[in-house]
Parts: sequence; C-alpha cells; structure tokens
Amino acid sequence: MATYRELLNQAKGEIEEIDSTEGARLLESDDAPLFLDVREQDEWDQGIIPGALHIPRGSLESRVESRVDRDRAIVVYCSVGHRSAFAANTLEELGYDNVVNLAGGFTEWKRNGFPTELPRGLQEAQRTRYSRHLLIPEVGEEGQLRLLDSRILLIGAGGLGSPASLYLAAAGVGTLGIVDDDAVDATNLQRQIVHSTERLGESKAESAKRTIEALNPDVTVKTFQERLTSENADRILGEGWDVIVDGADNFPTRYLLNDASVWHGIPVVHGSIYRFEGQVTVFKPPARADGARGSRGPAVDGFAGDASSLAGPCYRCLFPQPPPPELAPSCAEGGVLGVLPGVVGSIQATEALKLALGIGDPLVGRLLLFDALAASFTEVSLRRDPACPVCGENPSITEYIDYVEFCSAVPTAGGRRAHA
Amino acid sequence: MKVRIPPTLRAATGGEREVPGSGDTVGELLDDLTSRFPALEGQLQYANVYVDGEDIRTLDELETPVRAGATVILLPAMAGGA
Repeated sequence: MATYRELLNQAKGEIEEIDSTEGARLLESDDAPLFLDVREQDEWDQGIIPGALHIPRGSLESRVESRVDRDRAIVVYCSVGHRSAFAANTLEELGYDNVVNLAGGFTEWKRNGFPTELPRGLQEAQRTRYSRHLLIPEVGEEGQLRLLDSRILLIGAGGLGSPASLYLAAAGVGTLGIVDDDAVDATNLQRQIVHSTERLGESKAESAKRTIEALNPDVTVKTFQERLTSENADRILGEGWDVIVDGADNFPTRYLLNDASVWHGIPVVHGSIYRFEGQVTVFKPPARADGARGSRGPAVDGFAGDASSLAGPCYRCLFPQPPPPELAPSCAEGGVLGVLPGVVGSIQATEALKLALGIGDPLVGRLLLFDALAASFTEVSLRRDPACPVCGENPSITEYIDYVEFCSAVPTAGGRRAHA
Repeated sequence: MKVRIPPTLRAATGGEREVPGSGDTVGELLDDLTSRFPALEGQLQYANVYVDGEDIRTLDELETPVRAGATVILLPAMAGGA
C-alpha cells in the first residue's frame, strides 16, 4: 500500500514540470500552450490563468478527449501543483504526450504577480438550469456559454417555429429573432404550441416572445412583425445571425430566404410539412469571404470538432424553381397532422443547436424525409449544383425576386430589387 | 420496383402512397406511370426523382438505369411550415 506522499512523488517522477516564470513566458509566446485548470468549480470561480480551459480533475478522463486534441501542448495546473501532477500523469496515460505540470500551481502564479482573470462562466442558477447540458461532454460549460452567445433567427412562429423556438429557448440560445406578421388564429392552436387560447388575435411574434421569456429569462427575443420581403431581407438578415430556422409557409418566402441566406452566408435549417409527411435538411452556404455576418467570436479555446466549415447545396440546388401553385398546396389547403410540425420542428431545433455548438454531423447534403403514417425516416442525397442560379459557379440570380404568392412562378413586374 | 408517391401527387394515383412501376430506365418508368395514371402528366416535371436515395440529376437523368428491386422516390417541393 502506498501513502499519498509516495503516490505524489511517483506521479511527479513520471511527468515534466515547469515553474511559474516559465509558464508565464509560455503564456505570452506566439504558440502558447493550452492551460488546463483541473481545480474544483469554486476555486475556478475565484480566478484563473487567462484563457485557461476548465476540466475538474474528477471528470478529466471522461471529458478531455472531446475537448482537447492529443497533440496539443498542455500546461496543467491546480492550486499548488499536486492534483495537477496526478492529472498530468493521467493525460500521458491517455496518450497526450506534450504535457507539463505547473509547479506551485495557481497560488505560486498569483504570488509572482503573473496575469489572472475572472472566468467567464455560468451563474449558479444557470448551472442548475442547464445541468443536463453541462453533463454532456460535447456541450459542457463552454458549449453552454456558446449557446448563450448564439443568435438564431426563426422565419415563422407557426407550426415549425413553435417547437423550434421553444426548444431553442429552453436550451439557452441567448438571442432568438422571430419574423412573423401574422396574428394567432383559432385554427393555429391544434399544432402551434408556442401560442395559447388567451393569445387569440395577438401578434404571433409577440405571443411567442411572451411564452419564451416565461420559459427562460436568459433569452432575448427580437421580434420582427413583418413578412420577409425583398425590401427587408437585407436589414433583417444583416443583424447578424449564426443560424436561420426556416418555418415559412409559402414558396415566395422560402426562395427569398434562400437567396438572402446564400448572399449573407448564413446556414438555414429547412423544414416543411404536409399532412403526415415532412422534409428536413440544412442548407449551408460557403462563408462570406469578408467574414461579415454572425456575431460569432473566436471559437472557444479547446472546443474540438467544428463542423461549420462544410458547405453544401442550397434550396435552389434542390428545387431550382417553385412548382406551380396547383401543385403546391399549403397546410391551410391540404391540412396537417398537429403533431407533425412537432417532430419536424424539433429536428430543426436539433440541427440548429448542433450548428451553433459546432458539433456532430449536420444534415448538410442530406434530405431527411419523415412519414408519420409509415413511422419511417428516409434519407436522400443532395448535391451542390454547379449550375445553380444562386450558389453556382455563374449565378444568374443576383438580386431578390418577389414571386407572386400562389399565382405563378413568374416574378412580378418590377419585383426584382438589387441585392445590397 | 416500388415508386413512392408524394402526398401532393396522390390524387393522381387514387390515393396510393406507393405504386409498383416498370421500366429499365427512369424515363421508361415515368412513361409507365403516366400511362397508368394520366393525371400525373405535366406534374412530374416539378418533382425530383431519386433512385435508391440518389438524385437522377447527379446520375444519368432520364437514362438512369433502374434495377428491379429499386426504390424510386418522387419528390416535389413542399412549402408548408405553419
């Protein structure tokens, strides 16, 4: 049987250590290593080495692999350098071979006057609210902070926008934009669960805002009580959104949104429903060369697995032009099973959260078909069309087109507006 | 082979969600369908056609071969979201 002291000495014998002066020099270097703080939450809250990543010693083994690449240079620290010695030893056993322990830990670092900062972290109430997210290695506190910083725009607060907005709000997406010019109608309540009987006649955007704010006070809701048009598309999308959830109920809006999102470089999580069947996919345009748009700051340090670099087809690659109106009945004409938008809108929310977090494999280049009667999901491949009139190599559409709703696929006279 | 009929085209197939089809290519299959379901005429041009999950536009368009056990999906755009 070994004593604590013997175990510590054994661990220290198997790892490399640096002192705080060397640590401070490394922190300032161009190729700074990752500072990994393995202390407990209450210690972390008191102050940290700037830019450090926090993984408490107790969950190091289970969480580090999803957060830190194995070839990353790491400086591990704790309060005085003991727990971090064990942690460094563990990291080497896990295959991290560029790990050093900070001798003397944070205590010595502070005593020498090297820089510290207060961590940007969740408040206690937020830790409780989002605890089931914090337990998931792929989300954790960094992911939750990322969600709180995220801005997601919902086109429509109807069948699809209802579940999507509720789940995004519950997940703690910090800013939700809602574009809807409609008022709550009694025929909506069979499926549009963000509204309620007492809201009949109220603006849908405002009704959704009230429901969301009651659900989660962390969420700021920006309402746009207007229909997306060629006149306002640049203004609304120009407010900077990380992801757009398309829950529109008509082709003119969907094509307009597609063109606008390609030009603004914002991914769209597309969903559509009819009777018992739904379609979901993610249209992920190439990022704008000038880097404009999103509110997204630099990726959180140590956050591995960013899937956002994938670019895929757009809506016009899938459906180059709207079908004639007699072939495109809306839910109002054809009906929809009330729970169907619950399934499809929830998948949209899932995809939006994955995009915001930069995790997983988004539905880019894949169209998921859901058939509620058959209880089946089917997937078909989508490819980017090099001849696409909007996102192709030689685009022929470079300005907004106002299609006449439910009339024809022919643009209105004078309906084209220059794209700003 | 099996052909899945989207909800917006089912009026043309007497409400059938899936119909059998025949033909060696997508073109022949669509001719077979329109001969049996004349109301599909003029509507298929707005539907994407997938053979075993792949868009025929990325294959050989109407010349795309269809094997006997293939699943063919006709898929027009759907606008509904509310």
